[in-house]
Amino acid sequence: MNNYTLVIIIIFYLAVLFYIAFLAEKKRQSKWVNNPYVYTLSLAVYCSAWTYYGSIGIAANSGIDFLPIYLGPIIAAPLWILLLRKIIRISKQHKISSIADFISLRYGNHRFLGALVTLICLFGTLPYISLQLKAVSETFEIMADETSYISTTILDDSTFYVALLLAIFATFFGTQNTDASEKHKGIIASVAFESILKLVFFLVIGVYITFYLFDGTTDIYEQISSAENFEALTSLEGVEDGFNWFFMIALSFMAIFLLPRQFQVSVLENNREKHLKKAIWLFPLYLLLFNVFVIFIAWAGKLTFGTSANPEYYTLLLPLSQGNSFLATLVFLGGFSAVISMVIVSTLALSTMVSNNLIIPYGFLDKFIKNQPERNFKYIKNIRRISIFTIIIVAYFFYVSFSKELSLYAIGLISFVIISQLAPSFFIGLFWNRGSSKAAIIGMISGFAVAFYTLVLPFTLQAYTGTDDFVQYGLNGITALKPYALFGIDFLSPPAHAFFWSITVNVLCYLVFSLTSKGHYRERNYAEMFVDSRNFTTLQDSALVWKGEAYVADIKNVLVKFLGEKRANRALHIFFTKYKLSPDTQMADARLINFSEKLLTGSIGSASAKILIASVVKEEQISLVEVLKILEESKENIVNNKVLLEKSNELSQLSSKLKDANEELISKDRQKDEFLDTVAHELKTPITGIRAATELLMDDDDDMPKEMKTQFLKNILQDSDRLGRLINNILDFEKLETGRLNLDIQRHDLQKTIKKALSSITQIAVNKGIKLKNKNPHAFKLNYDEDRILQVLTNLLSNAIKFCEIQKGKIIVDYKLGNGYVEVSVSDNGKGIPDEDHDYIFDKFYQSKHQNTIKPQGSGLGLAITKQIIEKHKGKIWAKKDVKKGATLVFTLPFK
Amino acid sequence: MSRKILIVDDEPNIVMSLEYAFKKQDFEVFIARDGSEALQILEHEVPDAVLLDIMMPNVDGYQTLTQIKNTDGLEHTKVVFLTAKNKASDIEKGLKLGADKYLTKPFSVKKIVSEILELLT
Repeated sequence: MNNYTLVIIIIFYLAVLFYIAFLAEKKRQSKWVNNPYVYTLSLAVYCSAWTYYGSIGIAANSGIDFLPIYLGPIIAAPLWILLLRKIIRISKQHKISSIADFISLRYGNHRFLGALVTLICLFGTLPYISLQLKAVSETFEIMADETSYISTTILDDSTFYVALLLAIFATFFGTQNTDASEKHKGIIASVAFESILKLVFFLVIGVYITFYLFDGTTDIYEQISSAENFEALTSLEGVEDGFNWFFMIALSFMAIFLLPRQFQVSVLENNREKHLKKAIWLFPLYLLLFNVFVIFIAWAGKLTFGTSANPEYYTLLLPLSQGNSFLATLVFLGGFSAVISMVIVSTLALSTMVSNNLIIPYGFLDKFIKNQPERNFKYIKNIRRISIFTIIIVAYFFYVSFSKELSLYAIGLISFVIISQLAPSFFIGLFWNRGSSKAAIIGMISGFAVAFYTLVLPFTLQAYTGTDDFVQYGLNGITALKPYALFGIDFLSPPAHAFFWSITVNVLCYLVFSLTSKGHYRERNYAEMFVDSRNFTTLQDSALVWKGEAYVADIKNVLVKFLGEKRANRALHIFFTKYKLSPDTQMADARLINFSEKLLTGSIGSASAKILIASVVKEEQISLVEVLKILEESKENIVNNKVLLEKSNELSQLSSKLKDANEELISKDRQKDEFLDTVAHELKTPITGIRAATELLMDDDDDMPKEMKTQFLKNILQDSDRLGRLINNILDFEKLETGRLNLDIQRHDLQKTIKKALSSITQIAVNKGIKLKNKNPHAFKLNYDEDRILQVLTNLLSNAIKFCEIQKGKIIVDYKLGNGYVEVSVSDNGKGIPDEDHDYIFDKFYQSKHQNTIKPQGSGLGLAITKQIIEKHKGKIWAKKDVKKGATLVFTLPFK
Repeated sequence: MSRKILIVDDEPNIVMSLEYAFKKQDFEVFIARDGSEALQILEHEVPDAVLLDIMMPNVDGYQTLTQIKNTDGLEHTKVVFLTAKNKASDIEKGLKLGADKYLTKPFSVKKIVSEILELLT
């Protein structure tokens, strides 16, 4: 294929990626950008050119040894729910922007530790990036016609331009925000897209080779099994190989957490914790798919080319050998995708670390504090942009001067071993609060030194000098110091060996120095926050123990420098509202210090944030014991508060029940009191009348007129009757209410009973000129206590008479049959019952407010007794609503 | 000039006895069956004393007393509660509202008359 066609394809492809990234940035909230699939696919940035090309190289040379690199992550995936979730939570809470920030914060915003982590990451990742560039360059050469053409200067080398284009891409989409903890949705979307492409193209070529060039997997297997040393390629050989596998799996297990690009995509770019749930099975599936055809492609290549071609590029060489340049181009683009995503995410992660953990804390802080916010934004972004370019260019030169001679696989493993030096301080630090910064630093440096000696140094020497004297004889000829067989351990592969020794030394140093060092109080504070993250999330800003003197105004000044006036004001407003503080609070407390540090962490890293805030506040030293005590108290407070809250809820429920019960009792009591009061009042009234009249008659000195005497005597009689009626009513009512009244139920004719009731009041009605009408003349027999029903009817009738106008009154008694009951009604054309009284007329001693014209003579118990009697008969009584004129009282009696 | 008394009660038999007794003492007697009637009468009459029941329909005795206390020109009118309510708390409430005396039912007519006479001297 023509060189220029290929360049055009590359440029076109990059344009597509730019467009995708651009779209994603534009629609940051869209579902297309924020879903678990994009998240899972972005995790597949793990599969770089190393996977795409390198695995086949290993499979061809050493059989299934390529697998452990994928088994580690597959084993790690189920643990993500526990481990990664915790890491994500902590990172989000503290606005962490890189793994260097994460580790440095865990050990108390330790500036040097952050820088050390950055350096280790740089050292581990630069060769890795150069490996990607090497893959681009080599595949480019394979694809281009002019394989004889060898670049002589940088400007002639297409790889250099590819590197520059990647740098531009990463700069453009990686530094849109000063706050590096903000999500890079454009980059992530393009990475997800590339992950699809590389997998699909890899599967396409796998199918093509296995089923088109060969006759399926069985065919390849049968052909290769007749080859020499086949056994060694397909099985584990003894304990040594088992160890190698174990260490390789452990190594890749750590790498999936610690590689800067993995930390970037899995932790920092995580939108929602729940996306993890999908990722834990989808990502292993992705890795499995990626590895399905590896071994067959490797064998197919071997069968086709023998030992004459570089097995790493079988996927390209096989279709090309068949003249299928279209498929080869697809494969090239898939590999190119793997390269781009790895390089871009890695440089993004590294540039953030370099700026926030290396450059800013070690030189730019003084400058920042004097500058205007706009200039600071520019500075920070420029530092990152320059970092991105520098990293890619350094990687390019690394590639030019070293990597050309080395295999992809070897470089990849060196990177893994170096990055794994972060493991003890990272993993143990998450679960052990005694882990100290001093121990972390010593562990990392010594582990790194061992890895350097056992892996990097022999590798470099071999590449440079071309001899393996150092490997053969060790340092100064001391056999115990042979780099690949330290202290006689000679059965491990060089990377497994280096990993074993470096991580052992690292862990030992970490443990020993953690146990022996005392630790700074601030460090311990953060240790507690990380280890016990669940408890401390609830503590939020109060989780940081801090004592000293600080002014809100000073802190605000610092915030303005990095966030701008508007964002700083908004942030403080949120803070004051959250903690219900007055907006003109003057003195800052621990919460504000912690809050401000977090705000700054995203922009300039945690170490710098601490230094900056410390520069404007006067912190008092606190002893470690005090810190632990305060933390313990805060934690206890939270637990206690929870218990207290539960208890107080229970109590308030209980007390409201008690209150209800008490109110019921009081209301019953009050009802009883009121009843007695009213009874007393009702009794006293006629007695007073009798007493007064009697007294006047007795003291009569004969000048009282005769008609007056007669009137007083009449009054006495009237009051005595009233008294007697009242006493009967009270007794009746009491009997009914306590249920001691027994009904004398017999079969009676209702019509006859109504007649009896009417005749008993006829005289009164006639006297008042009130007409009575018995509307239903038919006889109807049912069971009831006649005396009581007579009492009911008489009560209703005399009530009706009471409210009727003299000479105009008309009262109608009627009854009709319902379903299983008879309904009796007494209607009058009197003044009626006011709506608001309908519900109360059957209450004892209820007397309408509207009975003002003439006080009706009654005990106040009549309707209450009536109701009791009807209910005792299992009937109902009510006053009919919406009656046009007068009142209609209705009761029912059931019949069987 | 004869003294004036207003009797406010909703029990006609009781009112009748009191009316007879006070007339015998040369009182000019006014009668109201509840608070609102009493207040109507008080619009144009200034009695020396008011005998006031408490439990009455519409405007009760307490409300009536409060009204009387707030009416100009009735500063010298003595107000006496005459009621069946005889609990200590009721009596306290009545006196607190400004009643000059608190007498309870049932009563001796002679005693009521002498209490009022005493109050007016």
